[in-house]
Amino acid sequence: MTSNQTTSRASAVSAERPGKNAKARFRPFRLVSEVLMAGVVLLFLFPIVFTFFSAFKSNGEIFAQPPSLFGAEFRWQNFVEVFEYTPFLRFIFNGLVVSIIGTVIVVAVSALAAYSFGILRWRGRDKFMLLYLATMMIPQEVLVIPMFLLMQKLGWINTWQALILPWAFGAFGAFLLRQFFVNIPYELVEASRMDGCSQWRTFSRIILPLAKPSLAVLAVWTFITFWNSFLWPLIVVNDVNELGNVSLGLQTFFGEHGSSWNLVMAASVIAILPTLLLVVALQKHLVKGIATVGLAGR
Amino acid sequence: MQRKKKTDSRAALGFLTPSAVGMTLFILLPTLLAIATSFFNWPTYGDVTFAGLDNYKDLFAAGSQFPAALINTLLFTIIVVPLNLVLTIATAFWVSTSRFSKLYRVLFFLPVVTPSVATAVIWKLIYQPDGILDSTLQSMFGIHMPNLLGDSSTAMLAVVVVILWQGFGYNMLIFSAAIDQLPQDVLDASMLDGASGLTALLKIKLPLLTPAIFFASTVTMISAFQMFSEPFVLTAGGPGTSTVTVVMNVYQTAFQGGELGAAAAPAIILFALILVVTMIQWLGQKKWVHYDQ
Repeated sequence: MTSNQTTSRASAVSAERPGKNAKARFRPFRLVSEVLMAGVVLLFLFPIVFTFFSAFKSNGEIFAQPPSLFGAEFRWQNFVEVFEYTPFLRFIFNGLVVSIIGTVIVVAVSALAAYSFGILRWRGRDKFMLLYLATMMIPQEVLVIPMFLLMQKLGWINTWQALILPWAFGAFGAFLLRQFFVNIPYELVEASRMDGCSQWRTFSRIILPLAKPSLAVLAVWTFITFWNSFLWPLIVVNDVNELGNVSLGLQTFFGEHGSSWNLVMAASVIAILPTLLLVVALQKHLVKGIATVGLAGR
Repeated sequence: MQRKKKTDSRAALGFLTPSAVGMTLFILLPTLLAIATSFFNWPTYGDVTFAGLDNYKDLFAAGSQFPAALINTLLFTIIVVPLNLVLTIATAFWVSTSRFSKLYRVLFFLPVVTPSVATAVIWKLIYQPDGILDSTLQSMFGIHMPNLLGDSSTAMLAVVVVILWQGFGYNMLIFSAAIDQLPQDVLDASMLDGASGLTALLKIKLPLLTPAIFFASTVTMISAFQMFSEPFVLTAGGPGTSTVTVVMNVYQTAFQGGELGAAAAPAIILFALILVVTMIQWLGQKKWVHYDQ
């Protein structure tokens, strides 16, 4: 990019925001700052960019001297080999089943609870909410051992339900939705009840449609959490090829083909692509969700 | 018309039941069970016998990995949390001045949603001897990069870099959102009063950000205490015990050693640690967190 173009861009900015004179005065400084920032962002993203390029190289070229992003050839073959060695399509399918069913349960259960915490009025509500919040401090690591015992007792080791149910009842979802629900005017609920609607009808016909954006936030976030889970599948899945997700598959693949770095990078691309696309497609929902939770501390 | 104060107790009970039942079954009971398990000699297969405090005593017996794991975990936390906060706050302010700030926030966020196993595998290749870092140094300066992951004095720092990279975007997003919501009237007033850029930052903006800093530091600290996947894949705790974490200790004792009772003890200690630190944070917030009046 020539400095000429950049300057015209910078002046376009100040033209857009005529009120911000203070910023326009320091234009050269801003220009340097923008260029520097772009460099920092690129450097930050380098590991991901590097992964994508390495996935199409031969193994030798990854360690070429001097290093280069581009290999001599563009090896799609790497991906074919990864799929031949290890059932990554199966891992993706498994991940989808667990994440989708898990997300549906979490969103449904959380929405019901949030209606109780955010809309309905009852004695002890806020104290009970605090109790709920306190459970968020219990780390997953404390729960895995008793959860494993529970799964053993139920005969659920190496099953779908063991991957889904134990983590579908956390307080996070109820809390997140409650933060949105409390802003819905109670008069709306009263009016609906006056019209003879049952609580269920009020919930499903009035509140849920209003809450769609917040439900989307929770859904995206829950999906990604299930999709990326590692410790629990590592514990409860015996047969990786049957029930493993991409994290577990990648770890196994790495253990077996650790020296074929080009294939490992191709497998990594397969592992990171789904969530990468999801974030790019649904960035608004995600960003909003985190901002809401983060600012809820206020 | 007299307005009757009506409560929705019965409906509340109904709407809350699925969540409350699930939470009792999968969180509350297991927590109690975890505490109980830690007092028993509880092999994965075989007879369960009462062990009293033996599991806790054994943690500090000779040959136990737990002391190293505990020290590592505390060190990880002490290094990661301040570095993360300072870097993310500074970057959030800087990025907010850019016209591409929305795009950059999403880009910084990408590692957060990358599966941690993939993150660890990618960085393992970056750190590899003759890998990209090493070969860049060689061709630019003719020097070799030390094998960071293979040396017990640098392995932890190498893992810290990965953890910082992975968690960066989350806190940055929180601070960016908070910066966007800084009250414009207060900022304008401070400018009229002649506060310079740095004074405004330190005296006005940072204090207004303290609720977000409180939230981010608590969450970052808790997740640093729970570190597992990254060191597990990057170093498997090595070399020696230099990157073993408490959670790794729990995992290895329980699911590689088959001693569930002995593994429950460090898990409970970790839980207690998290509770105490969160409590201190919570009580201490009055001293430094500014909430809107």
